[in-house]
Amino acid sequence: MASDRIETGVQVLEVSGERQERLKYELKRLPWIPVVIIVIMVFAAIFAPLVAPHSPTKQSLRDKLQPPAWQAEGSAKYLLGTDILGRDILSRLIYGARVSLIVAFTALLAGGAIGGVLGLLSGYAGGKTDTFIMRAVDATLAFPTILFALLLAVTMGQGLQTVVLAVTLILWARFARVTRGEVLGLKDNDFVALAQVHGCSGARIMFVHIMPNVFNSFMVMLTLHVGLVILTEASLSFLGAGIPPPTPSWGQMVADGRAKVATAWWISIIPGVAITMVVIAFNVFGDWLRDRLDPKLRQL
Amino acid sequence: MQKYILNRLLQGVVLLFIVALIVFALARATGNPADLMVPEDATEEERQFVERNLGLDRPYHVQLFVFLTGIVRGDFGDSIVYKKPAAELFFERLPNTLKLLPLSMFIAVSIAIPLGVVAAVKRGTWIDQVAGAIAVFGVATPNFWIAIVCIYIFSVWLDVLPPGRMGGPLHYILPAFTLGTFSIAGIMRLIRSSMLEVLDTEYVKLARIKGLQEWKVFWKHCLRNALIPVLTLFGVFVGGFVTGAIVTETVFAWPGIGRLTIDAVAQRDFPLLQAVILLDAVIILAVNLVVDILYAYVNPRIRYD
Repeated sequence: MASDRIETGVQVLEVSGERQERLKYELKRLPWIPVVIIVIMVFAAIFAPLVAPHSPTKQSLRDKLQPPAWQAEGSAKYLLGTDILGRDILSRLIYGARVSLIVAFTALLAGGAIGGVLGLLSGYAGGKTDTFIMRAVDATLAFPTILFALLLAVTMGQGLQTVVLAVTLILWARFARVTRGEVLGLKDNDFVALAQVHGCSGARIMFVHIMPNVFNSFMVMLTLHVGLVILTEASLSFLGAGIPPPTPSWGQMVADGRAKVATAWWISIIPGVAITMVVIAFNVFGDWLRDRLDPKLRQL
Repeated sequence: MQKYILNRLLQGVVLLFIVALIVFALARATGNPADLMVPEDATEEERQFVERNLGLDRPYHVQLFVFLTGIVRGDFGDSIVYKKPAAELFFERLPNTLKLLPLSMFIAVSIAIPLGVVAAVKRGTWIDQVAGAIAVFGVATPNFWIAIVCIYIFSVWLDVLPPGRMGGPLHYILPAFTLGTFSIAGIMRLIRSSMLEVLDTEYVKLARIKGLQEWKVFWKHCLRNALIPVLTLFGVFVGGFVTGAIVTETVFAWPGIGRLTIDAVAQRDFPLLQAVILLDAVIILAVNLVVDILYAYVNPRIRYD
């Protein structure tokens, strides 16, 4: 550890060299395969129109149920085959990545912000506020949120906003609980007491003094939850309560192939492989980030 | 203890009230609930008839009162599609879902517990790594997809198990396995970490010094204590079971409450959906309450005040 060595003034000069050394070490331990998978996914999602070989929604009944290219009857025109309506599965996967990431990004931002603020409040204020917020958290976590998601899908109608709202409802409670725990650990520190003595307002202490110290855990939480969000969106779309067709989403693609498993396995199996790979990649990367930034969160 | 039970019961009622309130508010905040209560192709007269019939032309507080007293009396409204009381439909289907429970629990536990124990005992060896890999995959793989892969392997490829619907004993295997996969990874990780904790305690060291056979130490002395946290989480697993039932029954065309839920969503049968959600909530709260009370009896170290 670099910080252990900076005890005497003489050694300060070594730090920059040490840092480089450490960076090299960290890079060596970076989980490369997950990182590559994540980069490919993000790249594909952003540049979907440029990368996708075909339109994700254009039907071509003449080419329907084409097997992937490595199968005997497959052709190089459709690398991963086509579905019942003759749509290219690879292109649909690429556009589906877009949907997954949009949902993950917005829901994590919203859920993280709401949960983070409520967690700060709960941990710092304590007392009745704490009890009330934590009861709400417990209730949210005990109740299968998929039911709320289905309810929203029926009352608000299917769509991106509905999915994001539903996932946000799941996420805020988890963020609130972890943030609260962190704040409870920080609250008794001298720097908080000093700020209080100095006459800082509660809001200032929470947001200026405590929040920066919770930031690392917060980033780790965000990364560790990307996988969960992608899975939830996929489940909802699979159940017909998520992203409505024709917009491609991975869960919906698995559902599309359900009736055809016997003759055209690739329609369902390939998107499932994509979901699993991406979720594992985000989880492993999140684990690495946690060990790197915030090892005490390990029980999560 | 009585005070604790009473307190928890009260909390349960309050929570149910909140769930009911959310359902009530959502149906009204997003438009006229009469639109949700009639088929999509209904005429204007039919709509107004339903509106008057359900009292939707009355003020909100009156509506809320009628809605809540209905729930207390067990009246959750009538399903649009089935033209029957929604609660009746729910309880007709419930046994089919419960029939999956024992086998799926058995499958989950008989995979997760041995794997978790062995992973902890042989910590750091290849067995531990395999168990870790199973956990990583278990958490990341969508269960609806596992179900389809199982159908592909066992029904299409090997042709030994039926791909869905209710029937003889063979029909139970795939749905129960799918339902079990929802908790395997969770239980295994929990067992492993609590086993590791128990293995480190004085009484386990004593048992080993005493010369007790290793397997006896692990499976009797350790596992018993390592199981406590798993039991606590049983309440959480019930919530997971409801989610699992929805997904599993959708894939396997299983006529239980999960399938009923998705049918209600697909056919926009709002009264049915709202009844299913409220009744699910009642069941989850009841099970959680029972588990917590049992836990207090089993583990006297816990104090409730």
